[in-house]
Amino acid sequence: MHDRSTLDAQAKTYLASLEGKELKNKERAAIPSQDMPSQDAGKRIRNMEEVAQGYTEAQARLESMRCLQCRTAPCIKGCPVAIDIPRFIKHAENGDFAASLAVIKESSLLPAICGRVCPQETQCQETCTLGKMHKDVSKAVSIGRIERYVADLEMERGEAVMPEAAPSTGKKVAVVGSGPAGITAAADLRKAGHEVTLLEAFHKPGGVLVYGIPEFRLPKAIVEQEINNLKKMGVALKTNFLVGRTRKLRDLIEEDGYDAVFIGSGAGLPKFMHIEGENLVGVLSANEYLTRSNLMKAYDEENADTPIIRSKVVAVLGGGNVAMDAARTAVRLGAAKVYIVYRRTEKEMPARVEEVAHAKEEGVEFLLLQSPKRILGDEKQHVRAMEVLSYRLGEPDDSGRRRPVVIEGSEREIPVDTVIVSIGNDSNPLLEKTTDGLLVNKWGNIIINEEDCSTSIDRVYAGGDIVLGAATVILAMGQGRKAAESINARLAREHD
Amino acid sequence: MTIEAPLIAKERRPGQFVILQLDTDYGERVPLTIADADAEKGTITLIFQTVGNSTHRMAVKEPGESIENVLGPLGQPTHIEKFGRVLCVGGGIGTAPLHPIAQGMARAGNELKIIIGARNKELVILEQEMGALADELIVCTDDGSRGRKALVTEPLKELCESWKPDLVVAVGPPIMMKFCAETTRPFGIKTMVSLNTIMVDGTGMCGGCRVTVGGETKFVCVDGPEFDGHLVDFDNMMLRLGTYRAREEDDHHTCHLDLQLEEEHNA
Ligand SMILES: Cc1cc2nc3c(=O)[nH]c(=O)nc-3n(C[C@H](O)[C@H](O)[C@H](O)COP(=O)(O)OP(=O)(O)OC[C@H]3O[C@@H](n4cnc5c(N)ncnc54)[C@H](O)[C@@H]3O)c2cc1C
Ligand SMILES: Cc1cc2nc3c(=O)[nH]c(=O)nc-3n(C[C@H](O)[C@H](O)[C@H](O)COP(=O)(O)OP(=O)(O)OC[C@H]3O[C@@H](n4cnc5c(N)ncnc54)[C@H](O)[C@@H]3O)c2cc1C
Ligand code: SF4
Ligand code: SF4
Ligand code: FES
Repeated sequence: MHDRSTLDAQAKTYLASLEGKELKNKERAAIPSQDMPSQDAGKRIRNMEEVAQGYTEAQARLESMRCLQCRTAPCIKGCPVAIDIPRFIKHAENGDFAASLAVIKESSLLPAICGRVCPQETQCQETCTLGKMHKDVSKAVSIGRIERYVADLEMERGEAVMPEAAPSTGKKVAVVGSGPAGITAAADLRKAGHEVTLLEAFHKPGGVLVYGIPEFRLPKAIVEQEINNLKKMGVALKTNFLVGRTRKLRDLIEEDGYDAVFIGSGAGLPKFMHIEGENLVGVLSANEYLTRSNLMKAYDEENADTPIIRSKVVAVLGGGNVAMDAARTAVRLGAAKVYIVYRRTEKEMPARVEEVAHAKEEGVEFLLLQSPKRILGDEKQHVRAMEVLSYRLGEPDDSGRRRPVVIEGSEREIPVDTVIVSIGNDSNPLLEKTTDGLLVNKWGNIIINEEDCSTSIDRVYAGGDIVLGAATVILAMGQGRKAAESINARLAREHD
Repeated sequence: MTIEAPLIAKERRPGQFVILQLDTDYGERVPLTIADADAEKGTITLIFQTVGNSTHRMAVKEPGESIENVLGPLGQPTHIEKFGRVLCVGGGIGTAPLHPIAQGMARAGNELKIIIGARNKELVILEQEMGALADELIVCTDDGSRGRKALVTEPLKELCESWKPDLVVAVGPPIMMKFCAETTRPFGIKTMVSLNTIMVDGTGMCGGCRVTVGGETKFVCVDGPEFDGHLVDFDNMMLRLGTYRAREEDDHHTCHLDLQLEEEHNA
């Protein structure tokens, strides 16, 4: 049941029955968890608009009433940036949404985004007492949805309170990359009064938020608004600027006079499986597919110059958020059949539970405990089929996960015309290759001092996916914050 | 086409390219090699062939107009040093990206010979510039309308026998580079080629530009564009270049008419 007006009416009725009552924990726990209003699956597969439409006011308040205001607040420990969750929810329960948002903003800069894309079920909501009581994490307080509601409200009213920048310090800081790590660092550095320049390789800022995560999950207008807020604060933005090529990292400090640099350049280099047939026409990385569709707007065939492959039967390899996004994009681009092919079971899938559910509703078929052996081509070397092998779960490995073991002789062919590879990224080697003395680990991730995000080069700090490997928006944001704090402290010392 | 891009003009080295985009919302990202640059004036020169929608729109730009986005310089610069005898081979528009490489090779003190090939005399470019750099310049056309009537591989083979170059650099259409590499292989002469695959970001993020070199997957935009021609899987590269061909041809069809009308109108 996801129709917005029905859900709203139900919430209002329930809310009215509680009005004026002093609620006991038992009564709070008895309030039904509020479903997210969303576009009907049959309709949304024909558009790019956001699937989850957001709570109504009554729903947001009612959901907030479910929170038990636990003294120990285990939810806070689940949030990577330790938002004071019970406090923001209390304000929301009382209908004081501005105060609620102010509490969130003490710790997180991008609540409209995190409320949408955080894997809540493994973070704040995993540890929630209410979920534990119901023995079902999906019955936990919907912290992310409430967070999204209060953040959207501010955006809708267009009354974003811009943090004031402190008086100029005369110091210059460059921020490399405009994903969540870069956006957050830029805002916090600017607040401290430094002159901040955001350098972005692409023609549009936002990082994965614009080129990776599709419109139907995170509207680009939200990211744009965050970038505009930065500009209003006085952050300068230079697009089409690839640090390492357009300018060397060291030159930013040695020649251009930046006092510090923050690197938030994200992941890069999609991984391939190295199996037979991987270079046939019709095999591509999820990054390429999503970039064409999102950033280059190839889904809009009328207007966009960039082409995208139009497929009938698609196999997406992998089980993460990226795989779900690619599969659901393929559905929207008109594929008649889309498979997710994953080596383990649904329980092990790293994707957000909500995205998996949405993908299923949209008709994506999950081929679990299966993995491709090779990809087969036709006489023109175009993909015609994929041969998969079945697996079963064997003994747990060192990490405690049960290792998939191949079932010999289980080969079978599934006819497909497109294979989208989504099995993760290696790190982008560009900065390391073009910068003497920038130390990286064996996976190519920049090595930092965990305490202050400093790298092996003086005045250079780093955070986000380039340090963590593929991580999450909130973790990238958290590191951007931490790095900005250390840069601010250091520049303040030098200022005196 | 010469455009103002001071930072790129200053940083660029032979062998590198840029990515242009004519419209931030809907434009396609088009990679083009930097044919020449003037660091003092802050300009770069690009020479291109009008093949699809974007290059057509670029071709009708007037002096003084601007291009929305230019990113670069991208790719690894050519490895230039004194090799001894260097033979540069340019095919068609590939002669343009070859020019800065030839310049660099001459400057590094190499003995330099150049072969340029084109379908006919109208398509021979940079003949004078190349002539000025080389100890010997051989021009050939498929139809014999200029220079020798031959494919570039003919004089290439002869020079491999008689002059015995230490290095061959071949830039042009994939099929030409493939046959150049096949020509030099029996002589064991190292042959560098410059690949122009499909690209989106040009920064190593999408994997669209991948090619197989010596059995390994390489990304042309960050690992290249130059590779050892004897190791490149040209057949697969040509195949993948055709991925979006049907759609491009469609576009080209309508757009060509539109633009012809526009050109007539402007004339
Ligand atoms: C399809 C997809 C779906 C995802 N879904 C989720 C989700 O649901 N929830 C979640 O929490 N996380 C999700 N993630 C992961 C999340 O998006 C990333 O962890 C996060 O964006 C990392 O942020 P970042 O700032 O480190 O880098 P990015 O967002 O990658 O931004 C880096 C930016 O730096 C630019 N850049 C790179 N190199 C240079 C250079 N040399 N010079 C200048 N600029 C440069 C890039 O162009 C890019 O814009 C998803 C990722 C993808 C790809
Ligand atoms: C590194 C690189 C950079 C590039 N940069 C640019 C750029 O800056 N701008 C741009 O517009 N395009 C660029 N391109 C695109 C590309 O050069 C052209 O699309 C391509 O050269 C087609 O040109 P053409 O039609 O004139 O060639 P054709 O006329 O088809 O061929 C040119 C010559 O190649 C030789 N040749 C052809 N076929 C064979 C064969 N089977 N065996 C032996 N020799 C053969 C012949 O001598 C012929 O005369 C670049 C390409 C590369 C490789
Ligand atoms: S930022 Fe993410 S993890 Fe933290 S409270 Fe919000 S949704 Fe939960
Ligand atoms: S753990 Fe759950 S119920 Fe307890 S304070 Fe946090 S959100 Fe509320
Ligand atoms: S063009 Fe995208 S990785 Fe090379």
